[in-house]
Amino acid sequence: MEKVFTVTAESGIHARPATMLVQTASKFDSEISLEYNGKKVNLKSIMGVMSLGIPKGAQIKISAEGSDAAEAMNALTETLTKEGLAQ
Amino acid sequence: MPKVRTKDLIEKFNLELVSGAEGIHRPITTSDLSRPGIEMAGYFTYYPAERVQLLGKTELSFFERLTPVEKRLRMEKLCTDVTPAIIISRGLEVPQELIEASERKSVPVMRSPMKTTRLASRLTNYLESKLAPTTAVHGVLVDVYGVGVLITGKSGVGKSETALELVKRGHRLVADDCVEIRQEDQDLLIGSAPELIEHLLEIRGLGIINVMTLFGAGAVRPHKRISLVIDLELWDPNKQYDRLGLEEEKVKIIDTEVPKLTIPVRPGRNLAVIIEVAAMNFRLKRMGVNAAEEFSARLADAIEDAEHDYE
Repeated sequence: MEKVFTVTAESGIHARPATMLVQTASKFDSEISLEYNGKKVNLKSIMGVMSLGIPKGAQIKISAEGSDAAEAMNALTETLTKEGLAQ
Repeated sequence: MPKVRTKDLIEKFNLELVSGAEGIHRPITTSDLSRPGIEMAGYFTYYPAERVQLLGKTELSFFERLTPVEKRLRMEKLCTDVTPAIIISRGLEVPQELIEASERKSVPVMRSPMKTTRLASRLTNYLESKLAPTTAVHGVLVDVYGVGVLITGKSGVGKSETALELVKRGHRLVADDCVEIRQEDQDLLIGSAPELIEHLLEIRGLGIINVMTLFGAGAVRPHKRISLVIDLELWDPNKQYDRLGLEEEKVKIIDTEVPKLTIPVRPGRNLAVIIEVAAMNFRLKRMGVNAAEEFSARLADAIEDAEHDYE
């Protein structure tokens, strides 16, 4: 399953928020990936997420595949909105 | 987003922009070049307008022999809305008709002092590498004894830790966690790090470390050809791992098949040493020495000899 978000955080997806996202994603077994600007990285990889350098206003796509994909997507959506990162 | 634009060519090859400056942001979509000789003669049926056009001595000297009306029409047809660039080689003079037509259609016209064939081959090489298909892979790329080893495996299996130990043993880190791969030629995969995380390694418990400042310039490299994939996985007691090394597993990246080894991870197994040996063994195989096959042949001989004893 896939979901598209728009980054709302002033400093984009910076180091700390990236870590939070990765930690949330790592709790699940599903394959979770993040796509931005035509590049796709593993959302369980801090370096991968940070290598994208996602700024405010960017469109990002999160895809999850696996047994707990739905739960993972919910948890990630919650992290993103609760931290004011993206909508 | 286009990978190459005309202005990249200007910068890379130090070209002199003659006219049509408005069009320097045009994308270049193919690595093929065109030398429009037959078009100069008036045959435009198969004119590959989307390619970079290269005009050398042959084309221009022929052009000089045309009538003024022909000159104007041919150059008019040469400059289309999709033509990314027209390059004049050998520093030859640019025909006035071309300058006028290019300004009208905003097709950049550039000049280079290089010889046509030489310029053509350099342009092709540059465009091929820039337009090569790319992908990003979750893994770590290390140069071990000159062999580009891509270490893959699930998060937390110990890829970065293994890379750190390899670096400590004198090998070179190319990219951690996210490797950008370009297929530059058939069967040629080049891996590099995304610019933002170049030279960095993430080690759980330590955080992000800079391998270049810690271990020196000799511990990193900007890119490396990928020759071997090593997949780390947690030891599964129900799975059969390769015990002989007779069969070679392959994995496909873009359109290229790369030999792959699956190495089970278990506490007490020194992965860095195993990867070093895997890289050396890979080199040995390439030099024609295959320990597993040699052993298999020796065993077959021994069995055959033993059979004679029973005859």
